[in-house]
Amino acid sequence: MQKTAEKENLEKASVALPPTHTVTLKVNNTEKQLQLAPWVSLLDALREYLGLTGTKKGCDHGQCGACTVLVNGRRINSCLTLAIMEEGNDITTIEGLAKGDALHPMQEAFIQHDAYQCGYCTPGQICSAVGLLSEGKAKNEHDIKELMSGNICRCGAYTNIVAAVQDVMQQKGDPANE
Amino acid sequence: MSNTTTNYIGKPASRVDGRAKVTGEAKYAAEFPAPGLTYGVVVSSAVAKGTITKIDTAAALSLPGVLQVFTHQNRPGLAWFDKKYQDEDAPPGTPFRPLYDEKILFSQQPIALVVADNFEVARYAASLVEITYETEPHITSIKNRLHEAYTPKEYKSAEPSPRGDAEKGLAQAEITHEAEYSHPSEHHNPMEMHASTVVLAEDGTLTVYDKTQGVQNSQNYITQVFGLAKEQVQVISPFVGGAFGSGLRPQYQLFLAVMAALELKRSVRVVLTRQQMFSFGHRPATIQHLVLGSTSQGALTAVVHEGFAETSRFEDYTENLVNWSAMLYKCDNVQLAHKLIQMDAYTPLDMRAPGGVTGLYALECAMDELAYKLDKDPLELRLTNYTNIDLSKDNPFSSKELKACYQQGAEKFGWAKRNPQPRSMREGKTLIGYGLATGAWEVNQQKSSAKAVLSPDGQLKVTSATADIGTGTYTIMTQIAAETLGLPLANVTFKLGDTALPQAPLQGGSWTAASVGSAVKAACEGIQEKLLAHIRNLKEGPLAGVQKLEEVLFADGKIILKSNPAQHMLLPEVMRLAGENFIEATVTTKPELRQKKYSMFSHSAVFVEVLVDEDFGTIRVTRVVSAIAGGRIINPKTARSQILGGIVWGMGMALEEESVMDQPYGRFINHDLAEYHVPVNADIHDLEVIFVEEDDDIVNPLGVKGLGEIGIVGTAAAIANAVYHATGKRVRDLPITLDKLM
Ligand code: FES
Ligand code: FES
Repeated sequence: MQKTAEKENLEKASVALPPTHTVTLKVNNTEKQLQLAPWVSLLDALREYLGLTGTKKGCDHGQCGACTVLVNGRRINSCLTLAIMEEGNDITTIEGLAKGDALHPMQEAFIQHDAYQCGYCTPGQICSAVGLLSEGKAKNEHDIKELMSGNICRCGAYTNIVAAVQDVMQQKGDPANE
Repeated sequence: MSNTTTNYIGKPASRVDGRAKVTGEAKYAAEFPAPGLTYGVVVSSAVAKGTITKIDTAAALSLPGVLQVFTHQNRPGLAWFDKKYQDEDAPPGTPFRPLYDEKILFSQQPIALVVADNFEVARYAASLVEITYETEPHITSIKNRLHEAYTPKEYKSAEPSPRGDAEKGLAQAEITHEAEYSHPSEHHNPMEMHASTVVLAEDGTLTVYDKTQGVQNSQNYITQVFGLAKEQVQVISPFVGGAFGSGLRPQYQLFLAVMAALELKRSVRVVLTRQQMFSFGHRPATIQHLVLGSTSQGALTAVVHEGFAETSRFEDYTENLVNWSAMLYKCDNVQLAHKLIQMDAYTPLDMRAPGGVTGLYALECAMDELAYKLDKDPLELRLTNYTNIDLSKDNPFSSKELKACYQQGAEKFGWAKRNPQPRSMREGKTLIGYGLATGAWEVNQQKSSAKAVLSPDGQLKVTSATADIGTGTYTIMTQIAAETLGLPLANVTFKLGDTALPQAPLQGGSWTAASVGSAVKAACEGIQEKLLAHIRNLKEGPLAGVQKLEEVLFADGKIILKSNPAQHMLLPEVMRLAGENFIEATVTTKPELRQKKYSMFSHSAVFVEVLVDEDFGTIRVTRVVSAIAGGRIINPKTARSQILGGIVWGMGMALEEESVMDQPYGRFINHDLAEYHVPVNADIHDLEVIFVEEDDDIVNPLGVKGLGEIGIVGTAAAIANAVYHATGKRVRDLPITLDKLM
């Protein structure tokens, strides 16, 4: 079997790299200006260009949830959006959840319930759980499990993740804690 | 004294690294910054076997920002001998050398590294590297190839240890069961992909942030392969985003990143893609042939367990696959074999409970089948063949509370409510099944060192080059140290994952708590001794006259006179009086010789309820009770998490996980997280963990057995057995997907 050159690739090579643009991202209430090519994902912009490595890369394909951040309060996979598309939006990452020294209740609950092991999926889980709460769709434990299933935890901390989410719901007087 | 505030061992302390993990401050290998950092992207082979006849890197190199494309044609000269590439966990053979020559040994073999100023350009340039191959026919299956199986010259793991005469035992048997069990290759898939950030200092020394289960293993590998001195390479790994065995060997991104950094004189980061996470070690597929013979009462007269496992063309990977059948039950006649079949794929690698989880899956399913043939409760059958002696070595067990696991597990689960008839329990169209299985895992203590430093402000720093891959090492070591010196937890910090720290073994085999824990305890006892030496010199004060450690107690931040607890001193007070600025102790601990006279194992009994949809064959694991005899539990909170994780892994193994080999291409075709199925939150229901009391003063000074693997062992078999009980259909090939139930 012989693999021959893809002509298309050669053509691509002769074109210059895409030009960069000045992109202003509002992350954790701070505006940051970056010089980015359009092909930079929000995830890579956060991790490699802004040094906000709390947001994790687990697949780069929208399959694991490790990169979950909140955009205008909604949870999204930051690997599936380009940074340039997020100009003007309010981006909250795991680094932006605590208020000074005071952790967000979800962060506290994760510590309390040991809702992690290696900690790599954890920022995504926490952002996802915060997003879940504001969506208000989760009415019971079953809903929590279903709606948190976009966040894989290979360590298998699911039981404790659900307990942490329920705990926070309870604190907020949410009904989803049967 | 149980009423002290510093009795931390056995307490459910929250993780000391918890805050770092929930705030995003915890830094993993790909997250360390460096000035002028460059990015390497790996180009992987599209074929499984053959030769690279041409690599055209011109297009890639023409892109602005691309610094170099490394291939076998322009890589630097490197170490020559196999030995230099052999790491602590290498099986016998010739280790794979990245970019060594034009030969392709497995699909997705790394064949080029593109390095550029930024990640996006490197990634794009990698897509422009053109490779021409001359392919050769590959074989990437072990099915129908058992006749090619061979006995390896050398076992990486324990050699099979048969006994008695199985043929005779089978002739005596009144009931026999014979079957073949199999499972596919599986990949570790830790959430964090393998990554190395190599930071080059001006003086040419390297600081390497690597995803690894042992920084010293990575350091040794780098120094040997690249001919560097230890002083020139420091490897650091404070946090590891899961590994489960994938970090036991240095993976090729480490080699490539170091090579590029040395050649380009730049700092380099290489992160594998999720697809490339399927390009190296994995759990080997096995086919296992089991024959059990028993009396009509269920006493085993013979056990035959022959395992056939995949390995690569270049290394003979073995794991303890079949010896479980020699140690778990009472039986005089045991015949074992563990043979290998080579494939054109990468060498397998230890994956959570290697061998145990697969070998016991076969044995415990076979035992279940035998129980049905005997018309005997599967739990009864286990009790009939219970043994307090490890007959494979003729040693007593250092402790074995497996009976308590059976009892407490069965009680909690409600095993007595099981109708023994398969397919007899249902609710409407939902079939209900109960299954159980036994688990076991070997206990090991490895040589380890730790250093403890007490400073005048009463702060204790303890260090060891071990790892915390999510296991809770940071936390339990802090607990052990704090309790030993009677200091508040907040006064103690434990540092790990740095080659500058005292030597520790790889984090694997469930031995960290036992090994590093013993060293940490001993180092803190070293501090006790040194404090005592100063106390002996005291002419006055509350502790004057104290001569021996036994006379005092380290608790509540104080050194307390046992005969009169009102008399005590703070640790810093003793230091001040002695004029000491720091007290430190570095200690290396090794297993005690008397351990040799015992067999040391943790055990488990796993009870599972499954619900199977009669029409669609969908399976839900609704309840799991896992009763664990794992010695002393240092932290019930993190310990429970370890077992929960193990159960989830067992569920994955039983029902979901399969690295599907696309035979025509010789490639694991489902190489992403959408198609390689692992359990998600919605798959998990009621999981319960019981730790039974188990005292053991043989295993190590702490009495701990380790918990990283015992949680997974037994789970898959229990699920398979429950599925049979629910449906009356025996599936002997994992994972049990719904099509196999149709
Ligand atoms: S990294 Fe974005 S979903 Fe996995
Ligand atoms: S805590 Fe390790 S992947 Fe979730």
